[in-house]
Amino acid sequence: MKNDVSYPSVMSRKNETLRRSVGIDYQEFEISPIAFDYEGLMNCCGYSLPDVQKIQTETGVGNTPLVELKNITELVRSISAPGKGGCIFIKDEKACPSGSFKDRRASLSVYHAARLGYKGVVAATSGNYGAAVASQAAKYGLKAIILQEVYDSHKVGQPEILEKTRACEAYGAEVWQLTVGPELFYIMLRILEETGFFSTSLYIPTSVLGIETLGYELAQQVMEREGRFPDMVVIAHAGGGNVTGTARGLQKAGSRKTMVVGASVDLRGLHMASDYDFNRKSFTTAHSGFGMPFLTWPDRTDVPRNVARGLRYLDRYVLVSQGEVFYATELLAKLEGLERGPAGNTSLAAAIPLAQELDRDQLLVVQETEYTAAGKLPSSQLTFAEENGVEVRRGDPKDNVPGRVIVIPERVEQIRVEDFDLDEIRRSYVRRTIETTGVPQPKEEDILFMAEDSRSSVEFIRKTLSSLDIETPA
Amino acid sequence: MSKEPVKNAFRGDLVQVHKVILTPEQRPEDIPACTKSVPYEAWIKGFLLDDEARIGDTVRIETFIGRQLAGTLVEVNPMYTHHFGKPQPALLSAGMEAKKRIKRGRAGHEE
Repeated sequence: MKNDVSYPSVMSRKNETLRRSVGIDYQEFEISPIAFDYEGLMNCCGYSLPDVQKIQTETGVGNTPLVELKNITELVRSISAPGKGGCIFIKDEKACPSGSFKDRRASLSVYHAARLGYKGVVAATSGNYGAAVASQAAKYGLKAIILQEVYDSHKVGQPEILEKTRACEAYGAEVWQLTVGPELFYIMLRILEETGFFSTSLYIPTSVLGIETLGYELAQQVMEREGRFPDMVVIAHAGGGNVTGTARGLQKAGSRKTMVVGASVDLRGLHMASDYDFNRKSFTTAHSGFGMPFLTWPDRTDVPRNVARGLRYLDRYVLVSQGEVFYATELLAKLEGLERGPAGNTSLAAAIPLAQELDRDQLLVVQETEYTAAGKLPSSQLTFAEENGVEVRRGDPKDNVPGRVIVIPERVEQIRVEDFDLDEIRRSYVRRTIETTGVPQPKEEDILFMAEDSRSSVEFIRKTLSSLDIETPA
Repeated sequence: MSKEPVKNAFRGDLVQVHKVILTPEQRPEDIPACTKSVPYEAWIKGFLLDDEARIGDTVRIETFIGRQLAGTLVEVNPMYTHHFGKPQPALLSAGMEAKKRIKRGRAGHEE
């Protein structure tokens, strides 16, 4: 390859490189600079839900147990108002081949890459997704390159990500351990150019279709067991794929009245591209540093149009603190005998206060767990936090300060969720859409698209646009 | 780095190489100052293709998927250094308390 590999040059070839590496011509689905055919793009690879189930079953992905958390439910009921305290279930996604629901996302994309004749796959991810892609690539005999943001400039690595490096290497991937910076995207483009591999982006249709089976399965499992669909499903929210895929799967199962709640760990105030802030986080995924920006501007990703669009599906979006998630992780181990990774327990922490709002006969599903290992468990992550100057203590989690203090609750009653006003997020979404597309006056089709994309109404979008002094068609 | 004892690596040894991907000047402008002030770096593992090399030499490696790359030799078969950490008293006591609460609740006592 004789291409100029300087930063500006590689970035200028972005669209061409991405088109070649995902096998999708996004142009086909564009309606206007604002609007695109979402369902058309989603279905462009031609996989139905039964197709996905069949493909996943062949590599042992999915069909994970649904476990009733009887003791945690009992604890929650003991602090709930009379008649309150919904029954909590957890979907034990740790049972997937590489230990997390990310196998569902990787399985369909890697299958698709193999079917299209690509020799290898590339993923830029510091999370469980890397191990999932590497594991699936091993099964299909493809080569895998995983790019991870691991170290700060002193080569101090996040323990959770160092474990992912080990796991990816165990599955036979070539791993690039990188320092902090958004140039992860640049190096990904460079490697895609060099290798001609498939980009297993988290935001392509196959990645989100792969998660639909999770929502579908859990709805069916609850129906089989309890004779009804769940009342609430709590889903860890980062880039939006988990919420999008699970909610779509619930709908396909007929579980249309289920309330879909997204939960993120509160890391507000820490900059995601800061070399200094990097090691003052104890969570490297499912946090607000991804959650908020992706809701207000989903197309900020490594593909022209992101199909993971959380705002289309969320009924509610809540934040929990790091200390609350560690506490929930401890409860899951001590009361239910399930030792699982903390990041996967973000939704469990949120479920504790949320179940208190439900009636006793209502059902709540915590939609995932993840594997645990050295580096990704409370003891290693809290030890690391202390080594990096973060104070860890018992107390009221309202005193939690991201990057400075992690407060482990003193009592289960102290676990709360902070609700994010979805209308506020919707207004930011409209503002960002106008800013990033530079469209001075949205047309009728744009307004319709934004209403659908933010799950609001034409009136809401018109009102928001007029508050921004933007004219709308009569 | 220069104080470290010089180790030799031989063809076929599993090694780690280092690369500077972008110098601070080459990094984009729109990133935090603390990030912009340092280079963008990478570390990759693979099997040494040179017959013999010393730490600090520019070498070629074959990665786990058979690709060949060049970089500065930094270590021979580096240890995975992440660990289980120290047991956390704050959490362990929280778990014990929750267990006791359930027990008390079952015995019909008031909280």
